[in-house]
Amino acid sequence: MDALVSQLETPRSQQELYNSEEEQEQLALSLSPSLKFALPPIAQSQAWLRAMTDDYSNPNCPIKIAHGTTTLAFRFQGGIIVCTDSRATAGNWIASQTVKKVIEINSSLLGTMAGGAADCQYWLAYLGMQCRLHELRSKRRITVAAASKILANLVYSYKGMGLSMGTMCAGVTPQEGPALYYIDSDGTRLAGNLFCVGSGQTFAYGVLDAEYRYDLTDEEALELGRRSILAAMHRDAYSGGFINLYHVKESGWVKHGFNDMNPIFWKTKLGKGEFSNVTADLN
Amino acid sequence: MSSPFSINGGAAVAMVGKDCVAIACDLRLGLQSLTVSNNYPKIFPYGDVYLGLTGLATDISTVSDLLRYKVNMYRLREERAISPQTLANLVSSSLYERRFGPYFVSPVIAGLNHKDGKPFICGFDSIGCIDFAKDFIVSGTASDQLFGMCEGLWEPDLGPDELFETISQALLSAVDRDALSGWGAHVYIIEKDKVTKRLLKGRQD
Repeated sequence: MDALVSQLETPRSQQELYNSEEEQEQLALSLSPSLKFALPPIAQSQAWLRAMTDDYSNPNCPIKIAHGTTTLAFRFQGGIIVCTDSRATAGNWIASQTVKKVIEINSSLLGTMAGGAADCQYWLAYLGMQCRLHELRSKRRITVAAASKILANLVYSYKGMGLSMGTMCAGVTPQEGPALYYIDSDGTRLAGNLFCVGSGQTFAYGVLDAEYRYDLTDEEALELGRRSILAAMHRDAYSGGFINLYHVKESGWVKHGFNDMNPIFWKTKLGKGEFSNVTADLN
Repeated sequence: MSSPFSINGGAAVAMVGKDCVAIACDLRLGLQSLTVSNNYPKIFPYGDVYLGLTGLATDISTVSDLLRYKVNMYRLREERAISPQTLANLVSSSLYERRFGPYFVSPVIAGLNHKDGKPFICGFDSIGCIDFAKDFIVSGTASDQLFGMCEGLWEPDLGPDELFETISQALLSAVDRDALSGWGAHVYIIEKDKVTKRLLKGRQD
């Protein structure tokens, strides 16, 4: 264990990003995530990476990365609600409808994924590792503030190289109580009560802002999270699939299902008379 | 990503059965990722011949109206309804007139021939090349998915009920894998002296 800790706690500044062929072989052999990434062997590797992977600056970029999401999290009297959709798209192609966009970092910390699927998956797994190492070293759980800062500093060190992620870290710790942070690949790190992230964020904000209060009951809060994601799934072409719902409490997080939106949508429409824009009969 | 063919989204499909044809479309109208309407049918009747139009919404309106005018003029001059084959040639030449500034649409035609009652379907590219097919025609942003579904589900000599089931399953499954189409569907089953129009409740995401 000590060997593992010392191997992983080498400060990143001492490691080189550029690696030789032998180092690459070593990299392939080691199973744990390392911070050595092969860079394109050219002078302006950052500009090149941007041109190849960022379809905003270059719509014909050859490396398409899975995008499109709606995720939300909000703080309230009873803890934190975290809710996401489950769609992954590559252009207009729906690559998956069953993506798990909530990452369980430990029993009381959650992370959400928006943006590049691989970037989020890899770096949140890495964050999970760092959180565990912090726990082993200091004999207590990492705070949400510290965890989110590990991620923020990490993505900042790769700024301009085409990382794409918008994540939220939610957790309850004895030191902070319920805490919620937003971190994105520009290096932004914000603490707040309520965030929506992804291509469907505006739709989710629309519902959430209208109904949000800090003194929501647990049931009301869960329903509001679900309803906000449902609205975003309906209006945003790049969000959809299943509704993934979590409640973070003092005792840790509780999962409230991974449910197909289709029956929930029709129950909301026909049962409560909402979504009256959707036609249910032939004219 | 901002091709005029995929700004608004949409899908259409036509299939041949035994003494019947079917044509179906989704109901979405969007502006890239934003879904603006979920009640935007893309099938237009011209007598008992049906035309499906996918592509740029503004051109769908323009082309459908232009063809309504031309088909009405044809009926007045000839004192008979237009046949599917004649409509196909009319669509083709109308599109080719805009060879150097095309309408951004992919039309699909389905109907039964008036004389012998034979099923007829065909599709076009945006400048009027006719694709005569014996089995099925697909168009729209989910056309890749529709090709896959139709290749898998379609078989010769389907009766009207089986044909409805086949075209519905093909369309619904296809649009569920396309971000820009779906949100419900219309299906027409065209028989000798009966046309059945049905609404499919699709996924609303």
